[in-house]
Amino acid sequence: MAVPQVAAPPPATRRVRRSHQGWKFVGPFMIVFALVFLAPIAYSIYLSLYRNRLIGGNAFVGLDNYTQALQDSQFWSGVGRVGLFLVVQVPIMLFLALLVALALDSGRLYGKSFFRVSIFLPYAVPAVVAALMWGFIYGSQFGLVGSINDALGISLPDPLKPSLILASIGNITTWQFVGYNMLIFFSALQVVPKSLYESAAIDGAGQLRIIRSIKLPAIRGALVIATIFSIIGSFQLFNEPAILRNLAPNAITTYFTPNFYAYSLTFSGQQINYSAAVAVIMAVITMIVAYVVQLRGTKDL
Amino acid sequence: MTTTSVQKPSARTSKPVTLSSKRPRRKGSILLTVLTALMAAYSLFPLAWLLINSTKTQDGLFSSFGLWFDDGKFALFSNIADTFTYNDGIYLRWLGNTALYVLVGAGGATFLALLAGYGLAKFDFVGKKAVFAIVIGAVAVPPTALAVPTFLMFSKMGLTNTPWAVIIPSLISPFGLYLMWTFAAQAVPTEMLEAARVDGAGEFRTLFKLAVPLLMPGLITTLLFTMVATMNNYFLPLIMLKNPDWYPLTVGLNSWNAQAATAGGEAVFNLVITGSLITVVLLLAAFLSLQRYWQSGLAAGSVKE
Repeated sequence: MAVPQVAAPPPATRRVRRSHQGWKFVGPFMIVFALVFLAPIAYSIYLSLYRNRLIGGNAFVGLDNYTQALQDSQFWSGVGRVGLFLVVQVPIMLFLALLVALALDSGRLYGKSFFRVSIFLPYAVPAVVAALMWGFIYGSQFGLVGSINDALGISLPDPLKPSLILASIGNITTWQFVGYNMLIFFSALQVVPKSLYESAAIDGAGQLRIIRSIKLPAIRGALVIATIFSIIGSFQLFNEPAILRNLAPNAITTYFTPNFYAYSLTFSGQQINYSAAVAVIMAVITMIVAYVVQLRGTKDL
Repeated sequence: MTTTSVQKPSARTSKPVTLSSKRPRRKGSILLTVLTALMAAYSLFPLAWLLINSTKTQDGLFSSFGLWFDDGKFALFSNIADTFTYNDGIYLRWLGNTALYVLVGAGGATFLALLAGYGLAKFDFVGKKAVFAIVIGAVAVPPTALAVPTFLMFSKMGLTNTPWAVIIPSLISPFGLYLMWTFAAQAVPTEMLEAARVDGAGEFRTLFKLAVPLLMPGLITTLLFTMVATMNNYFLPLIMLKNPDWYPLTVGLNSWNAQAATAGGEAVFNLVITGSLITVVLLLAAFLSLQRYWQSGLAAGSVKE
């Protein structure tokens, strides 16, 4: 639903006879898919319609959990936080990734393959390790921030204080994913026919003009897909806040992100049904936003 | 491509390319290189921090400057030894668990994606459109939104706290399916399959003998991306596993990190750092040694329209 534009398969040259042969190949995937995708979706919708009461046990309550969630200020503060994160972090990250991809593609860079590999490296670092590492760096004890404060006798703002924690998390995810998005953009730029640039240059177009009029439109599909993946990623924010919470328990609440809220509701609050409703609402919001971006991004193609 | 309203070339842009049939080699730009180098420095500096600090003892971490070595004490080797022996060598167990989850999970995901991608690309069958619609629709559902209901379902089935709870959800990679589908459609000529059928080869034999060799770059790309996804997975094993013996590295390392905050817990930040370094080195080694494959694979498969 989110990515049909780029996901449409290239048509096979000729179709083999119409039969059930194909199911022999697609079947195993679909069976596991049904177990780990479709069944949990159905199960959480089912759970979200019930509530466990002290008296009367498990009872059907219709959409009560949903109306409760829609009026829940903790839930909305989490949604607002990931919304802010999305609006600020995603553009910065994608912009940096695009700049590096364009620089690599320009052919005017010394040490191109070194840069390509080293900027991509953080993607291979597991999110947990990345969060642990940056958490140490942010720390005022043996962290880099603490070291710099000691060495220079100054006091930098604590990256783990409540007003900065979201920006600090944004830095971690930017660090991790700039290289991945850069590689997607760079790969897309590679398949643009170079002759286009040459004829544009002959017509007197400068580099910026070539970028704006040829390169960016040519990689539009990659831009849209990277944006959608980044949006989905932002809505799912969990690892970084969960790990930094050890260091900054006051800055990161149990409802810091909607996903963290759903986790806390299930495992600390035992509110399974309510948690399911929160998860369903978040899935719907994610799908709507991803769909809108996809529609807008591919509107005049 | 018109000559009107052409932007004034800035310092970063070159002069117009000269008329020539060959693509002219343009001069490198120092400014552009320096700007990209800043980005590379940002990308590498936390890894440098990790490397430097893995040479320090627990006390050294607190007493020395963060971006330089602790004078006179080089504890990297003792840290590595301690990492592997701490708590009866649980780190090695976590490393083994991670290898198990990655090999079976990512390997299985790649295998299922290969079969299904090939089936979708090369066969026409009843319900194919529905398969496409369902899988594409599911991509937009955040996996973490699924994790909690999956946990509840698995706990009813008695699967939680077993390796299966981590492996089974890892077996599905919609992105991997998409990659394999694109690759199979592009790289495997339908004529070749028909010729094999005429010769009487079975469908699966045809796939493994004829198609798989052609799909190698796609398979390796898919394998690497599913491996990273499985390695990266923290939320799923965190909720599925209670017994530390089944933890993967990610959950295990964070449990070491968190133990300092618990009452009476021993602070082992030097082991967290060294353990993280070992994890990163192993992954980077895998990535760099296979880079020829995933870079060409990514270019050919994932983003080409």
